[in-house]
This record gives sequence, structure tokens and C-alpha cells, in this order.
Amino acid sequence: MEKKIKEIIKPFGSKKGNLIPVLQSIQEQCGYISENAFSIVARSLKMSEHEIYGVVTFYSQFRLTRPADHQIKVCLGTACHVKGNALNLQNITNMTGLKNGEIAPDYSLSLETVNCLGACALAPLAVIDDDYYGNLDPKKLEKILAKYIKGKTKKKDEKSKNKKN
Amino acid sequence: MKNPKTKKINSVLDLKKLKARIDRSIDTKKTVVRICSTTGCRAGGAVKIIDALVEEVARQKLNDKVEIKKVGCRGFCEKGPLLVLGPENIFYQKLKLSDIPEIVSETLGKGIIIERLLYEDPDTGEKIKYESDIPFFKKQMRNVFGRTGKIDPTSIDDYISCDGYSALCKALTSMSPEDVVNTVSDSGLRGRGGGGFPAGTKWKFCRNAVSDIKYIIANGDEGDPGAFMDRSLMEGDPHSIIEGMIIGAYAIGATKGYIYVRAEYPLAVKHLGMAIKKAEEYGFSGKNILGSGFDFKIQIKMGAGAFVCGEETALIQSIMGKRGTPVPRPPFPAVEGLWGKPTVINNVKSWTNVALIIKNGSEWFSSIGTEKSKGTTIFSVVGMVKNTGLVEVPMGTTLRDIIFGCANGIRDNRTLKAVQIGGPAGGCIPEELIDTPVDFDRLIELGAMMGSGGMVIMDENTCMVDVARYFLAFTQSESCGKCAPCRIGTKVMLDILDKIRSGHGEEEDLKKLEDLAVTIQNTSLCGLGQLSPNPVLTTLRYFREEYEAHIRDKRCPALVCKDLIQYVISEEKCIGCGICLKNCPVGAISGKKKKPHVIDTSICIKCGLCYQKCPPKIGAVKKITGFIK
Repeated sequence: MEKKIKEIIKPFGSKKGNLIPVLQSIQEQCGYISENAFSIVARSLKMSEHEIYGVVTFYSQFRLTRPADHQIKVCLGTACHVKGNALNLQNITNMTGLKNGEIAPDYSLSLETVNCLGACALAPLAVIDDDYYGNLDPKKLEKILAKYIKGKTKKKDEKSKNKKN
Repeated sequence: MKNPKTKKINSVLDLKKLKARIDRSIDTKKTVVRICSTTGCRAGGAVKIIDALVEEVARQKLNDKVEIKKVGCRGFCEKGPLLVLGPENIFYQKLKLSDIPEIVSETLGKGIIIERLLYEDPDTGEKIKYESDIPFFKKQMRNVFGRTGKIDPTSIDDYISCDGYSALCKALTSMSPEDVVNTVSDSGLRGRGGGGFPAGTKWKFCRNAVSDIKYIIANGDEGDPGAFMDRSLMEGDPHSIIEGMIIGAYAIGATKGYIYVRAEYPLAVKHLGMAIKKAEEYGFSGKNILGSGFDFKIQIKMGAGAFVCGEETALIQSIMGKRGTPVPRPPFPAVEGLWGKPTVINNVKSWTNVALIIKNGSEWFSSIGTEKSKGTTIFSVVGMVKNTGLVEVPMGTTLRDIIFGCANGIRDNRTLKAVQIGGPAGGCIPEELIDTPVDFDRLIELGAMMGSGGMVIMDENTCMVDVARYFLAFTQSESCGKCAPCRIGTKVMLDILDKIRSGHGEEEDLKKLEDLAVTIQNTSLCGLGQLSPNPVLTTLRYFREEYEAHIRDKRCPALVCKDLIQYVISEEKCIGCGICLKNCPVGAISGKKKKPHVIDTSICIKCGLCYQKCPPKIGAVKKITGFIK
């Protein structure tokens, strides 16, 4: 990992002004900014780690933990808000057991909200990985989420079976 | 179009020759199919449709008769994915993969129009064949968006063939830097980022500042929720921004430029990157531009997801690799900006306007618009309208013309309640005022502002307290935390709004909100804080009775605020189908089959699933308000 990060930041040189592009490249290729990355970048740009930490936590793009395999992003832009996407968000939470900003313990799924995806003609919408799902309603959501939460629905089924028994 | 041999352009004559060569290489016998391939339509599946179209054209052996051009956004996002055929612009909308073989064999092969794919006027039901006849386009004046949706944004030749870079040639060969500044000044161009500061004045400050090095920045950090015109422009016509920047650099004497783009706009970053490279290859940027001895280089800087970075001083901090917190002005960036050097920073739309002004002259520009707001303005009309999309109209057009003319009015036969303009810094304008002509100053008088040009249309099912809270929550979470009024003040306001929404509001809360708003306006460091109370203040000004209903009657008239509503099942209407019972996530609904069901309000979490799932023709689940548990 250390070698990989050094490789990534090499072309940026030691200019402090390059901190954000450096971090962006690391995240793009490693998935997140690891603890390891802080010390390497700090040495390379001759900055303190806490300065870098300040920048990393200021910008919402940067992650300090490994991303989930599948990422659900629910748009809460204005158009989506007036068309009731908050309700869809709540339904997703009900279905997945994840609250906004949470990652499943097995890193299979994460749920977050975004300010605007700029595809307002499709509002209310959500993006899973790179696929856009527009004009959402409870029915559509159920179908879409089914393939991402297979394990969980099974458990529910078992529970309901147990109840019946 | 074949790629004519690229060669550095060194003079006006070179550019003219190149344009003639490009024009000659266009095969006029081919039918051009323009298909939007940028974010809005991509989200609707345009990429697969384009692939299918290319494949089908090849399969039906129409390659020498048809040219497929992947273009930028035409603005009519509601009807995407869409394509436009031939010189007469036949408009096909809401495309599906299954439509492609028919389009190729019938329309491209035989010239037969497919009725089903044409736009249907929602009021008259009439099918409209040509793009220019569709009301959405008819009422617009597309200047800034003149080329977007017509040219392939990845082809510099397409841009040149539409007179691209002719303004730069004109400026560099026949105008002095002062002439350029004066032309922009005379045109009356005001910054398109929202504040509306006269661009010429800013340029003069920077031109007069003495420094060894100066910078130009294009602000493409479009963060307002519900606004996407900057993205469409960057994706669809990147060269126009670059051309404007180079002209600006020549005028103020800058040698280096930055385009600051949101990282959330990967396609814009890609297209701008390609355009910068091509412009350099052709000699429009780099060393000794057009043989004039003037050097200028452009670089892209990606934002990292911080709304406040749209503010110019914060943006400059971000380019320097720091936390994007604003710094007090003065000194203004035009005197002391990036790396402490004089910097002109303008919105991407302003830069496109600059190229148009130099090309067509300041009188042309100042002949459009109102007395103090010249040119056109772009709105992204979203929300409860029939036709969502980007609309470019002359300044001074009324809101009614935009909402009912271009966007075809309110969907689902509902009525207009309010228009929110200008994003989180803007305000809500009630229905009674929609005959107001919109320009920078009129909007400020009404308590709103031009802002980014986001325009959200709201119907009677929107709660204004909820909307005000929505915007305030946005600015509050995006507050950088540097100054106390914005960091703490917005939080306190938000808490009061939450209190009102939950039914615990008190009479004096409205006064408190107003007092806080004024303090925040007067004492915040940057625009984000100063403007953040606008949504609350305008809703208080125009919809005070709605706040009072929440406070006095514990009632949410629009049936939105969760704590003030309850879901009930109408005994007369319920047929006992059990759909609601099955879907309730908390088991709050009970009832026997074919007998009316009931909701246990002590268990109900008000998720609304039963309300949504109850078949519309039965409509037994109702929302009620007026009391609190």
C-alpha cells in the first residue's frame, strides 16, 4: 500500500497547492484516505498531518474508511425534496436497516444523501453505484433494492415463517 | 466531418482558412442526427441508445447517408433522452431502445415521421414536428446556449465552424486590452454567478492593479441544489468558456487561468480537459497566441464537495490547497486574490457571454434585457412543472412567461403556490407576484435573488415552513464554521423552525427568527451566511399565515410536517384489501379481510407507505392535520 501511494503522488511533486489533487488521486485509486496516506503525503508535501486532516475533513468528497461494495445515494436536491424524496429515503432505511451516512458492517451496502445530482427531470431520484433510478415510488424502490438486499429479505422471510410456526 | 489537418493558427487569415476547410469537409448530403449525450439524458439511458443507434445505422447500411453527432444538453430534460434530425430539426423525445430500429428504417431510411415519438402539447394534444415550434423552445432566446446541443463538445472544429474563436481573433488583432475592458464595461454585463456585480468594473480594478503576475478564474462550482445550467454549458460548449477566459486574460494582462469545477461533474471535467488540450494544439492558448506575443495557459482544478467554495474567496483558498473558508473583503480578489496576486473570477456563463460580446459588440448585448440588467439569463425550471428543463430568456421576462410559457404550467392539474428562485440564498415568491419581470434588481426587491438561476416551482402541496427549513438546513450544514453568526445563528434559526414544525412553536418565535435573520445578514463574513436567512425571511413575508397556523392551530395546511399530521383510513372508502396492512413496516394497521382497516396512531411512524400504496381509485388512506398527539 505504502509503495502504491508513493507511486500515485510522485507526479505531483512537493507543491503544497497540490494537496487536494494529491488526495483526490489517492482516493480514486485506493478508495479512501488511509492513515498510512496521511504520513506519506505529509512527508512529501512537507506539511503536518493535522493540516492535511483539516483539509480532508473539510471537503465532503474525502472518505476515511473503505467504501461499501454498493453505494446508494439519495438525492435531496430541491426538486427531489418538493417531490417527496425524504419519504423514499425513509423507506430505504426501513428496507436496508441503514440510516443516512451508514455503512453495513459487512461493507456490502452504504446509504448517503447528496445535495443535487442535477437530473431534476427524473426527480425524485436515487443513484446506486452508477445507475440512475428516477421517478421513484415505494413499488419501484422495492424492486430496485431487492437485488442489493437479498440476504436481508431472506432473513425477514425466515422471521415471518417463524412467526407463522 | 473529416478532421482537416490541424495546424497552429497564427493569424486571422489562418482561422478563416481553417473554417473554410472545415465547412468544405461537411458532407451536406448526410442527415445529421443530434443526440444529447450529457448527464441529464445519460441518467435516462442515452448511452445505450446512442450505441444502438450507431449499430443500427451500420446494420441498415446507412453510414454514408447519416451522421450521428453526440451533442450537449438541449435543455429540454423532461423529454430526454431525445434526438433532433436533419436540418429542419425534427424532434423525437422520450426515446427507448426499442424505438431505434424504427427510427433508422423509417425516418432515416424513408423519411417517414414517427408520430408517437413527436412532442405532444399537453394542453391541446397536438403533435409538434419541429423543435422550433415547441413552446418550450419558442419563447427562449438562446445566446449563451446558442451552440450547446448543436455541436459536438469534444470537437474544436465544430466550434470553429460555428464562428468559434473569431471573437478571440478580433480581440487580439484589432482591439487593445483597454478596448476589450471598455467593451465589456459598455455592454453592461453583470456577473452571472448570482451577485450581479458589473464585470467591467471588476476587470478595470484588476487591469489597474500593478503586479508581475495576474490570474483568471472561471467559477464552475455550481453547488445550488436544483441548478444545472453551468454543468450543461461546461459539458456542451466548453470552448466558449475557454475563449472568454483567454479574451479576459488579454484584457487584464493575466498569464494563467484556472477553471474550478465540481468533482461531482466528471463529464464536464472531461470535456473541458479535452477542449483545453485542443485549444493549445491550435494555438488559441499557450505561448504567443495567434502570433500576438501574448501567453496564457489554462488548468482545471477540481472541487472536493464544499458548497461554500462557490464563494470567490473560499474558491481561491481551495485552489491553493487549503480548507475552503472565505476571507474578509477588502482586499478584493481583483487586487489581492490567488497567491496574493490580482485575480479576476467570474462564473462560467459570464465567460461565455464575454466571447459573445466581443464578437457581436457591446450594443448588441445591451440591446437585450432591462435597463440595468442586460443580456439573457438562464433558469433551471424544476419541481412541479410539466416541462422541467433549462430555459434561457432575455432579462425582464416575467415569471409567468417562464413557468406557463416555457415550462407549460403546473403538473397534475394543481395550482401554483410559489416560486423559489436563487437556491439556498434566494427566496420564495408567491403566485400573486409572478407577473414581475425578472432581473437582478427586481428579484432583490422581492427578497429573492438571481443566484445560480435555480427556479423551483411549488404547488399547493408544498409547506412553506418546510421549504424554508429545507434551505436553511442546507446552508447550515454547508456553513464552513469560520464566523459565529453563520455557524451558530443558522443553527439557532434551524432549531426554532424545527420547533415550529413539530407543533411546539410559540408566538414570539417569529420575532426571534426575524431578529436573528437580520443579525446574520449584517454580521456574517461571506455571502453564504449573509444570504442564508433569505428563504426564511421571504416565506415569513409572503406566507406568514402558514407559520401562524403551525404555531397557533398546530396545523400544517399543506399536510407536510410530519408531527402535525396523522394518517387515517376512511371507514366508508376502505374495502379491506389489506395492501396497507401488508406494507406497514411497523404493524400499526389492523383489520379483517374485506372489512375496513384502522391505523393505531400510537404505533404509526408516519412513513406514508399506506398512503402511497392504497390504490388511487379507492383512496381510503387520508392525511389529516389540526391537532397534536
